[in-house]
Amino acid sequence: MSAERTLRGRAVVAGVAETTYYKRGESPDDEFKLALEAITGACRSAGISPQEIDGFASYSNDRSDASRLAAALGIHDLRFANMQWGGGGGGGSGAIGNAVAAIATGMAECVVVFRALAQGQFGRFGQGPRRNTISGEFAHTVPYGLMSPAQMFAMKVTRFMHDHQVQQAALRAISLASYQHAQNNPRAVMYGRPLDEQQYDESRWIVEPFHLYDCCQENDGAAAIILVSAERAQEFDHPGCYLLSAAAGSHHRAGAPVHNAPDYATSAFKTLAPRLFEMAGVGVSEVNVLQSYENFTGGVLMSIVEHGFCTPEECNDFFTLENLTAPRGRVPLNTSGGNLAECYMHGLGLNIEAVRQVWGESSNQVSGADISMVISGPMVTPVSACIFGSEATL
Amino acid sequence: MSAYLQDGLPSPVANNLDAPFWKGLQDNRLLIQRCANCSNWQWGPEWICHHCHSFELDFEETKASGVIYSYERVWHPVHPALASQGPYLIVLVALPAAGAVRLVGNLLGDPRQDVEIGGRVEGVFEHHLDAESNYSLLQWQNIPLE
Ligand SMILES: [Zn+2]
Repeated sequence: MSAERTLRGRAVVAGVAETTYYKRGESPDDEFKLALEAITGACRSAGISPQEIDGFASYSNDRSDASRLAAALGIHDLRFANMQWGGGGGGGSGAIGNAVAAIATGMAECVVVFRALAQGQFGRFGQGPRRNTISGEFAHTVPYGLMSPAQMFAMKVTRFMHDHQVQQAALRAISLASYQHAQNNPRAVMYGRPLDEQQYDESRWIVEPFHLYDCCQENDGAAAIILVSAERAQEFDHPGCYLLSAAAGSHHRAGAPVHNAPDYATSAFKTLAPRLFEMAGVGVSEVNVLQSYENFTGGVLMSIVEHGFCTPEECNDFFTLENLTAPRGRVPLNTSGGNLAECYMHGLGLNIEAVRQVWGESSNQVSGADISMVISGPMVTPVSACIFGSEATL
Repeated sequence: MSAYLQDGLPSPVANNLDAPFWKGLQDNRLLIQRCANCSNWQWGPEWICHHCHSFELDFEETKASGVIYSYERVWHPVHPALASQGPYLIVLVALPAAGAVRLVGNLLGDPRQDVEIGGRVEGVFEHHLDAESNYSLLQWQNIPLE
């Protein structure tokens, strides 16, 4: 007997939760406590006991160890403890895919995907090394002043914008869309702090082509999503939100050291996108709402191009505030405020928002959001993406 | 010449993979990894040739002459050593004579200059020799059009 090799429709989201989102270093709680708060919150959302969890999936080397979590929560039978390789937020949707793979194959019954960050407790991203010497790959970049994520990725975006004559206004539209959506989302760190074109244009450069508002926040908090077998969908109060597909990976030698990937000016989704849509059985034009991880706006732009929402040559027309905002934009983007304006929870907040859109519970609800997509961590490797669908899409 | 960037960034230390490269820079030579079996140029260095999977990899001298593949102008210093640096230019330079592998360096001259992707540049060896460090970097300068 051979079952069809797909994740489509095999698992349903049972519950989601996030902690209060804080500015970096302002969490009163330790990182591990934040993880526990998000996971128990997701259990309340699902209406289950934390002891029903039998699997943990995370990414980016999350420090909240699965065995310690299982002990803290009193779990009797830990069956799945999984870490998606890769730094940055490239693993968010990949971790969801891993969780559903475990459920679909009977390795686990109830898997929580989570991410917790307390940068105040554990030091910041985006800072240069503080030692006197350096060796290995970074010895070939850091002595030239190339050391932060913004600096690593601006080089790719500059080349892409050059090749396709993309204007700064396209990046600006991505930033403004996140801020506009955040004004309706009380969870957002930038709630009550709107951004307009003039503020964007006058903000300082971090590294060209990124202004301050092209760069993600740094935050403390945690987020969690619980997935179970689709057969159990009726046990939960929420409308069905099913995983239709997930894909992770990157193209030929994407990780070649010292900026030597053969296809360089890319967000690394060209090989994933066809797999993602094929498994989901949907086309790009059927996607109702999109969350795309903003480490930097330029990565969002390339990732949207590489999934086929527009061609590189159409960027200047496609990336407008009108096209990107709910409820009526062509592709409402980052409808919670995203990493720029809701919270930088390493992107897992984007997956939660995608679920809320299918549930009809977003603060920037798109009507009839049956197909809800997430792009995780453009420009790193591996990257990942996933598509959720309502019951009507099964 | 003085260094392009202010003092105080971490000094590069050779490891088992890239030691010939760093030694070469100190001798004003650019050495890039090349496969002894299939002649494939490879950078950054690795233990195996990604093309033919041979472990027989050498370092071969090539011309410090390249083409700007991309660039960025940094304004926000993330390292305290650069707090009063002001803007600076980082270039990604492809080496046409070495399989178009790319190196990261700084573009010498006015940090506010217009930078041309596709523009030709030549290498300038930047030697750091003082009590605390002993290493060399490879920087780049524009080749004026004839
Ligand atoms: Zn070879």
